[in-house]
Amino acid sequence: MKWSDFFTSSVGKKFVMGLTGLFLISFLIIHVGVNACMFADLSIFNPADDGTMFNIAAHFMGSMVVIRLLEYVLFLGIILHIVQGYVLEAKNRGSRSVGYDVKMGNRGSKWYSRSMGLLGTLILLFLVIHLAHFWVKARFTESLEPVSYRGVEMHNMFKEMLIVFKEPLVVVIYVLGCISLAYHLAHGFQSAFRSIGVHNKKYNLMLTSLGYGFTIIVTLLFILMPIAVYFDWVGYHN
Amino acid sequence: MEHYTMSLTLKVWKQQNSQDKGRFETYQVKDISSEMSFLEMFDVLNEQLIREGKDPIAFDHDCREGICGTCSMYIDGRPHGPWHANTTCQLHMRAYKDGDTIVVEPWRANAFPVIKDLVVDRSAFDRIIQAGGYISVNTGNAVDANALPVDKDKADASFAAAACIGCGACVAACKNSSALLFVGAKVSHLALLPQGDPERKNRVLNMVAQMDREGFGACTATGACEAVCPKEISLSNISRLNKEYLAAGLEK
Ligand code: SF4
Ligand code: FES
Repeated sequence: MKWSDFFTSSVGKKFVMGLTGLFLISFLIIHVGVNACMFADLSIFNPADDGTMFNIAAHFMGSMVVIRLLEYVLFLGIILHIVQGYVLEAKNRGSRSVGYDVKMGNRGSKWYSRSMGLLGTLILLFLVIHLAHFWVKARFTESLEPVSYRGVEMHNMFKEMLIVFKEPLVVVIYVLGCISLAYHLAHGFQSAFRSIGVHNKKYNLMLTSLGYGFTIIVTLLFILMPIAVYFDWVGYHN
Repeated sequence: MEHYTMSLTLKVWKQQNSQDKGRFETYQVKDISSEMSFLEMFDVLNEQLIREGKDPIAFDHDCREGICGTCSMYIDGRPHGPWHANTTCQLHMRAYKDGDTIVVEPWRANAFPVIKDLVVDRSAFDRIIQAGGYISVNTGNAVDANALPVDKDKADASFAAAACIGCGACVAACKNSSALLFVGAKVSHLALLPQGDPERKNRVLNMVAQMDREGFGACTATGACEAVCPKEISLSNISRLNKEYLAAGLEK
């Protein structure tokens, strides 16, 4: 079998979706971990932190050569996941030209498992806004203020975040974006493992629970970030 | 359960042939016994239509005992009707009460074109089977059944997959019109047994290739197929197919 045949078959395409999905999930773990450094500033931890930990972590992500290289792989993964997702969505929608009068609805499947295309599109829209807010500014403009710790100068991403998340509309968009991500993950996490061939019932059961747990923890942490800034739980307190 | 009779309103899809656009027709039936099967209720309706000089409703059926997979009706938004793990022929009228309205549609999928009314062409499934759903055996004397040891768990899983009757409800229920539960069952059934080993790799590759050629959609694991399957074929058969396909695709 030619590689091209493998990757263009319906099963091969799903394999790519699953694999890229899992790769993006691994990225989410890093992303949420680095961002959670902002909570070091919470009053129960160290209110004098003033974003030090967050800025240093962000600087590490932005300056480490291995991570910068991985950034290209990440974008490749995102693009592949999106393009393949739309190709599949189009093929699947096109396989039933005459629909049913009475729909099956939620009898037998969850609404979000049937709405991965829609949820993915919402996440894509959110991603564009999110990249414009932070990543583009950090990489391609000089608009971020510098800050130095022990003589090392870096972007003050923390301060930028405080500005961005003071806008109520932005906070709402971020929360909605995270909720879309949550439902996308609630199905995608376990489905990805199925697509790459995990068929052991015990594992599938475990992965489904793990998927829900992962989804809830990651989404809550992400949602808490704009909210914590908006309500001044983190910020410059000195 | 107490026997009772009922009058029903039926909204049934009528379509002269594959070219016809088709439409719903509404029929009234009276004195339907709660002991009748759903298909017997259709027999009563068709006799009534013939007596009135009208075109009876074409529908598929054969064994009427839930084993052949020929019957295929999408009843009130669910393939094979409201009962779990059941075929249309085994659906009984005690599932309904007097005055109910029932909507009956054919399986909908481009790979299953309507031939007439509720009858669809499911020969796509036959072609998928032809592409790889076979094994090679030596002719001559029957081999001793115990000559080939088979792990009990695998034998059971294979047997469960082999229960698929090829009805196509999985395709009808799937939002993508994917046939992967059917193909997964057929691939698993043989991949789990030593008898299926010689053709194992080509089987999965060829069956998936044929499935794609027939125009079925791709699986997105919503689980709707498993929920309506009259033989309770498990979704894990799809995952096993994915693994088989990956292993074969890498090697072949
Ligand atoms: S997998 Fe179930 S629903 Fe699909 S064809 Fe086989 S028996 Fe019918
Ligand atoms: S007619 Fe044979 S399974 Fe229903």
